[in-house]
Amino acid sequence: PLPPGDTSVLAGLYGPAEAKVSKELPDRAALEVLLRPKVGLPGVMERSREQLLRQTCEAVVLGVLHPRTAITLVLQVLSDAGSLLSCCLNAACMALLDAGLPLTTLFCGVTCALQPDGTILLDPTARQEQEARAILTFAIARSERKVLMANTKGSCSVEEMQQCLAAAQRAADTIFQFYRDSVRRRYSKS
Amino acid sequence: QVWQIRLDMHLLNHDGNITDAASIAGIVALCHFRRPDVSVQGEEVTVYTPEERDPVPLSIHHMPICVSFAFFHQGTYLLVDPTEREERVMDGLLVIAMNKHHEICTIQSSGVVMLVQDQILRCSKITAVKVAEITELIQKALENDQKARKEGGKFGFAESIPNQRITAFKMESAAVDTNDVEEQAGEIIAKADPPAEVFANPVLHTPGTAQIGEGIESSWGDLEESEKEEAAEEEGDTEAAAFECEKVETEDTSTMRGTKNDEPIVLSDSEEEEVVILEPQELPRKTR
Repeated sequence: PLPPGDTSVLAGLYGPAEAKVSKELPDRAALEVLLRPKVGLPGVMERSREQLLRQTCEAVVLGVLHPRTAITLVLQVLSDAGSLLSCCLNAACMALLDAGLPLTTLFCGVTCALQPDGTILLDPTARQEQEARAILTFAIARSERKVLMANTKGSCSVEEMQQCLAAAQRAADTIFQFYRDSVRRRYSKS
Repeated sequence: QVWQIRLDMHLLNHDGNITDAASIAGIVALCHFRRPDVSVQGEEVTVYTPEERDPVPLSIHHMPICVSFAFFHQGTYLLVDPTEREERVMDGLLVIAMNKHHEICTIQSSGVVMLVQDQILRCSKITAVKVAEITELIQKALENDQKARKEGGKFGFAESIPNQRITAFKMESAAVDTNDVEEQAGEIIAKADPPAEVFANPVLHTPGTAQIGEGIESSWGDLEESEKEEAAEEEGDTEAAAFECEKVETEDTSTMRGTKNDEPIVLSDSEEEEVVILEPQELPRKTR
């Protein structure tokens, strides 16, 4: 058995820049997300993930401050060893943060895998994801740990979903601490 | 039957001379790649999965590496491996692809500069030196990776991201305290409203079309009613027609309400007079 690799996603954010007339919105910024897989051309899976990410980002970005502009977020998957969607969410938030875009709140992505016997695994590896009964990904905002996005694959009961959500909210604290440390480190030395 | 090989290159950062970088990345990827093992006996071809038999590398005869030269001022100045700024202002570009056996694989010249023979010879000598260095680096990297895989160490792209730079920050997997998660979840559920009643029994109109739950009550009956009323007024018919229509409507909805908790039923009556339901791969049949 191979040792677990790391999931890594490279995010590049461009904007607010001038938008094409066909794409500009009169009262807010138009946010576009492009997700490029590691192998092959983007397919349907990538398109649906792009929409998920776009709607999550639109909920936090203060687009009304930059009307008629375009904000483009490009995500390149470098390696996939499980929990890819939450990795994309985290990369997206850090890109928004690093670019200095006005945000209402930070957010992070956490994946929970529900195993057949009912135990909850946070940030599952690819192998754990395959064996799980259900995989739930949540985007959790920093303010009051509210849920911005929930994505489920598989079936689970309402109680189990609430348990996964509560576990994810706990894990979110660790991730937000990581954001703070990264930003502090980046801007401490010139 | 042949193998088809696909090489995807993702450009992460462009700071000049992507040709060279892409050529190195491409040839290393091809050397690193392992394809599934195959055995051919006469007409029978068996392809083994990576679990059954170790995958085999491709047969790479030699490793051509590109080296680019930028010319300025009509060939007076020569820069090897130009950066993005230099590329923007250069007059001409010369790309030489060579392998470590000093065989030139490709020469490309572009731009507005005319090159003399000894300039090109000088460039090819520089190329030979660079290619020797780069090929050695590649061999070392491939060996390190093979060793890491055999000994069970960590490998892959994430490991090669330099850890000591300010812009990279790694965190070891952190433990999360989830002890009283269940209690918290239980509280949330107790306070929340009960979820809407779930209709587990879909109503089958015919094989292929099903209805879950009740849709909004169709208002087509009203239309028919009002139309008929108008028609009645215009044509002077009695109101009997309108009443009939209404009765039929209530009958239908009551049958629906009465049977929704039963086994999936097949609705054989509907409000429209003629309903054509298209069956998959069957001729359309009419139901009343």
